[in-house]
Amino acid sequence: MTAAAEGSPARRMTRARRNALLQSEPVQGFALISPTFLYALILLVLPILVVIAHSFWTQNYLTIDRTFTLENYRIALTEPIYRDLLWRSLYISLMVSFFTVVLAYPIAYFISFHGGRHKSLWLFLITIPFWTSYLLRVMSWKVILGYNGVLNSGLMGLGIIDEPSTALLYNSTAVIITLTHAWAAFAILPIFVSLEKVDRTLVEAAKDLGDGPLRSFLRVTLPLSVPGVISAALIVMIPTVGDYVTPKLVGGKDGVMIANAIQAQFGKASNWPLGAALSVTTMVIVTLIAGAMVLVIRAAQRLAR
Amino acid sequence: MPEQSQAARPHQSERPPLSERPMIEIRNVTRSYGAFKALDDATLTIREGEFFSLLGPSGCGKTTLLRMIAGFDNPTTGSIAVGGQPMEGIPANRRPTNMVFQSYAIFPHLNVEQNVAYGLKRLKLQGTEEKRRVEEALEQVSLTGLGKRLATELSGGQRQRVALARALVMRPKVLLLDEPLSALDKKLREQMQVELRRLQQAVGITFVLVTHDQYEALAMSDRIAVMFGGKIAQVASPKEIYQRPVNRQVADFLGGMNFVKAEIVEENGASLVLDTLGFGRVKADKPKAFVRNGEAATLGIRPERLRVLWDNATAKFEVAGKVVERHYFGEITHLIVEIPGLEKPLSVTETNDFGADDIPVGTSIRLAYDPEALVAMAD
Repeated sequence: MTAAAEGSPARRMTRARRNALLQSEPVQGFALISPTFLYALILLVLPILVVIAHSFWTQNYLTIDRTFTLENYRIALTEPIYRDLLWRSLYISLMVSFFTVVLAYPIAYFISFHGGRHKSLWLFLITIPFWTSYLLRVMSWKVILGYNGVLNSGLMGLGIIDEPSTALLYNSTAVIITLTHAWAAFAILPIFVSLEKVDRTLVEAAKDLGDGPLRSFLRVTLPLSVPGVISAALIVMIPTVGDYVTPKLVGGKDGVMIANAIQAQFGKASNWPLGAALSVTTMVIVTLIAGAMVLVIRAAQRLAR
Repeated sequence: MPEQSQAARPHQSERPPLSERPMIEIRNVTRSYGAFKALDDATLTIREGEFFSLLGPSGCGKTTLLRMIAGFDNPTTGSIAVGGQPMEGIPANRRPTNMVFQSYAIFPHLNVEQNVAYGLKRLKLQGTEEKRRVEEALEQVSLTGLGKRLATELSGGQRQRVALARALVMRPKVLLLDEPLSALDKKLREQMQVELRRLQQAVGITFVLVTHDQYEALAMSDRIAVMFGGKIAQVASPKEIYQRPVNRQVADFLGGMNFVKAEIVEENGASLVLDTLGFGRVKADKPKAFVRNGEAATLGIRPERLRVLWDNATAKFEVAGKVVERHYFGEITHLIVEIPGLEKPLSVTETNDFGADDIPVGTSIRLAYDPEALVAMAD
């Protein structure tokens, strides 16, 4: 009687097992991430697999020959034009991440240490440039750096130069300047977060033990904010390697980057497998450089102790 | 010569006579934040080689005062001098003081040795001198052999020792301790109290401790300043603070105290004659800082100074009453005893050796007291 009232033992077992399954932490975790996970799987992992597959195939006018070949990689790695473009892209992105971090650090430091009650206002102000489109921001640099641009007319008005300089626009320097500005906020935020986490009593302790403001910064604040510096550098470097809008608009002939070549292969040149091989090569090299960067900064941090 | 070396290096167990020379002179220091005064006209002299405690509830201004001595904060008005040198305009990094922070503030990116050597690096010591001093400091706080550990691998007690070693290695004139034991568990805290006291006597440096724990202050200090609401209420030795508190607030903060309403009958140089309901007419010592306020005063007696009189035993001074509550605390029992004529019952602490824990509620008992234990306080 009682058994019947409570349902059959087997049924109770399954219900209990189902409840246990639903309450287990890993299951709950997977359930929470599954929408994002599926999204990433379909829209990120699958396309990358398709790109990797293409890189081993051959374009045969309008069709694709699916026999395995390493020919695309041979071209990507040995043809001087692609090698040069890759080196230039890496150079530009490393310069951009260096300058962005160097310029972003003081801003992040100011907000974190001297922002007082207005920290969120300051962070809000930093996002204002993002209210306009990325393209517009890049275009505005054209206005500043151009032949008849703000900078040239300003310098001429001050009598520093006699005729407009053409060295400002349509080269890799212009790309570096534009990208440094475009990515500033993305560098300020991670550095700000890591500075916020620096316990202020540690700075006081350094002061108490005899350090002036500069020394305590170099010996305590800076080493403790290194994680923010690393993520800022990576956040800026990784996407800038593959940027193609900025070089196209302000880079001119000297500012062309690897992404422009990749775009051309998938577009006008219509050689998808070569484009795919260039993409994969870039991805692998960026991964290696990002890893090396983390190791170098960590080693520098260890040496500085 | 031998006498001199003995004076310079006193035997550890014997307390050297305290120097009367002032180490820290705080003169009329006020620290205001707008209309709020965190510290209100504090004047205090801390002597050389002294273990001095600033005791009070949170928000009484004790930490503000400590931070001003360290140089992390500046007085709104008034002056602070350390070792005879005025501290005005001197930043924390150039003051002859070092601090042990409440949170210990151990540098997480450095190991124990590097933490302790932090302040020495700037001094650019010759050869192995730095290493020697670090090892000596680690030995002083019994951390020898843990030099290579990271701060994250240390227990709370060990972190506290690192903070202590890091400050001591600088050989400051004054060591400032901001509630250094508050984060430790009871047993470790009591052990550290003894160790800190021993260490202070060994190194002979002036220690200034901030604490809200009255037992900590009583156990470790040469002298204590009790503070309330930004004002210094009393500065005296632990014994005097406990036995002769100047007012009800101080008496109440330092352990339990029975307060009895009293009326001043006679006041002369050193003593007061008071009339009370429960204790009758009593003569008590007049506190040093006694400020008379009309005829009313308060008579106080600590619960442990009232003894239960067993059977037919008699005492010269006694009061009779009835037990209304009994609370058992292991080694002691708290009895709440109603005395006819007193508006509040007396609380009595009795050891359990003679069976105080077995006295039934409702029993009529007599309590003996020593008139010496009666404290007169300004109302």
